Amino acid sequence: MSDDAAAIKTIALRKAFGPLVAVDSLDLEVPRGQIFGLLGPNGSGKTTTIRMLCGLLRPTSGSAVVIGFDIRTESESLRCNIGYMSQKYGLYDDLTVYENVRFYATVYGLHGAVREARIAELLRERGLETRRDQFAGTLSGGWKQRLALATATAHRPQLLFLDEPTAGVDPASRRSFWDVIRKMAAAGTTVLVTTHYMDEAAGCDRLAILSRGRLIAVGTPGAITKQFDQPTIEDVFIELQRRDEGALA
Amino acid sequence: MSLRDSTFWPMLWKEFIEMRRDRVTLGMMVGLPALQLVVFGYAIRTEVRHLPTVVLDQSRSSESRALVSVMRNTGNFDITESVASRAEVEDRIVRGMAKAALIIPPDYMRDLKRGRTASAQMIVDAADALASAAALAGAAQAGQARTIEIVSARTNGVVPIEVRVRPWYNPSLRSSAYIVPGIIGILLAMTLIPITSMAVVRERERGTLEQLIVTPIGKTSLMLGKLMPFVLVAYVQMTVVIILGKLLFDIPIRGSVALLYAITLGYIVANLALGLFVSTVARSQMQAMQLGMMFLLPNVLLSGFMFPREAMPPIARWIGFALPLTYYLDVVRGVLLKGVGFHYLWRDTVILAAFASVTVTLAVRRFSKTVE
Repeated sequence: MSDDAAAIKTIALRKAFGPLVAVDSLDLEVPRGQIFGLLGPNGSGKTTTIRMLCGLLRPTSGSAVVIGFDIRTESESLRCNIGYMSQKYGLYDDLTVYENVRFYATVYGLHGAVREARIAELLRERGLETRRDQFAGTLSGGWKQRLALATATAHRPQLLFLDEPTAGVDPASRRSFWDVIRKMAAAGTTVLVTTHYMDEAAGCDRLAILSRGRLIAVGTPGAITKQFDQPTIEDVFIELQRRDEGALA
Repeated sequence: MSLRDSTFWPMLWKEFIEMRRDRVTLGMMVGLPALQLVVFGYAIRTEVRHLPTVVLDQSRSSESRALVSVMRNTGNFDITESVASRAEVEDRIVRGMAKAALIIPPDYMRDLKRGRTASAQMIVDAADALASAAALAGAAQAGQARTIEIVSARTNGVVPIEVRVRPWYNPSLRSSAYIVPGIIGILLAMTLIPITSMAVVRERERGTLEQLIVTPIGKTSLMLGKLMPFVLVAYVQMTVVIILGKLLFDIPIRGSVALLYAITLGYIVANLALGLFVSTVARSQMQAMQLGMMFLLPNVLLSGFMFPREAMPPIARWIGFALPLTYYLDVVRGVLLKGVGFHYLWRDTVILAAFASVTVTLAVRRFSKTVE
């Protein structure tokens, strides 16, 4: 794997659920070490795309190589090198903060002193030390989000998938979450994130906009606003949605 | 990956922590066996004893009193009242005060003395079929016993025919001896299917199943780690029933407990697999619970747990063939009550193992598909 190889490269990726085509002929290239935002209205295929890329869904056709692994044939190796955090967080309410991190760290193959050192580091970095023995079920939204990020990154993944990670958390938590994400990207982690918050979208290195399963725009936030001749990403987004609805009518 | 580093271990570790902290489920696991044992063990009585019985003795003789006393000695009748007329007999039965009435006519003693057949009448409230069957059996038994006494007095102790009944394995004919071992089977099905299916559905609802699938954890580790603790739960429940059954109902343990525990594994695995299967169908924990309970009724009614399958119509019997419990009952009763060995149980063992492999195959295939 050379450094210039893309973190994600998909060719004609397609997923159909019966007659419904959720993602169609998707050609996407995500460079390494960037924060890449995937935007689109509800039902545009963002989540389906992420789920295919991290091996939760099998594509109907097309191919994708994620950090050097074919998602169809090398999903085992792929899973060891990616992190995934969804809106649901995937935490065990009856386990403490420490136990949740320990569980995922062990599943990712960390053992003994290495594991304990990594857990300590994660708890310190996410500011969870004082809540180490609190049950995950009793944490508030922002703290759950921190813990979910800690469990998803226990194995220092090269690529992190974030599916609407900030939905339902307060603005302060949102900001500190993004600070952490930017720090991780600066350290070389590639981040693929979906969001409905346009300020978050504007903060990404690159964006891709999906609409009804198809990729309709890709580029830096600046390039995209210029391309559509709109002042902000939010305006682009609304303009695109209007065109979509127009096309539909 | 070596066994030591297998992702199965963290799964198992996590599962035990969750189980320990889930007080409700834990209480259910230990409380349910005790509750079931008491409810089924004490309440289910297919043998009816001590029917309230009134006597209308119009003969008022030593012979009629002897008949009443023989009736009482069968234990099936409690003589509650001596009444004076047929109207009173009817009144007691209509009011439910008596389930049976013994009527001895005035010429009973005279007929006996003259060497004619003396007749007495037993009236039974047959609205309750079980009770009336007991009354009929008791009346026949008492009549026969008294006849033999009288005949053998005349012939110097020689009776033409005597059939001796020897009830093997359960000499006192207690239904608890029959019911309690079966409770082990009912209980395992009743707890394992809902609890495992709910546990898996909970992972799906909370999003942790999805989270696990993106980790390197294998499907085998995932399922084994998830289901293994329930094998332990099953054995704990089974042990509770056996110990309480011994203490409360004096259920014998005639055969090899080790053999019983070994064969039970096939039954446990089959039920766990059914639970896993239910989890792939149910959309919520509530549905999982209800679907799991769906298995309860056929298990209770058609497996031979409560009612002998010999008495069932063909359709009910065929359904019984499709229930693992049907075969497991043979095993658990065979080992505990009859003390039989593997030699007699190999067929049931093979069938249970076949059930286990078929259900596991189906459930695992379906589970794998739902998680892709």
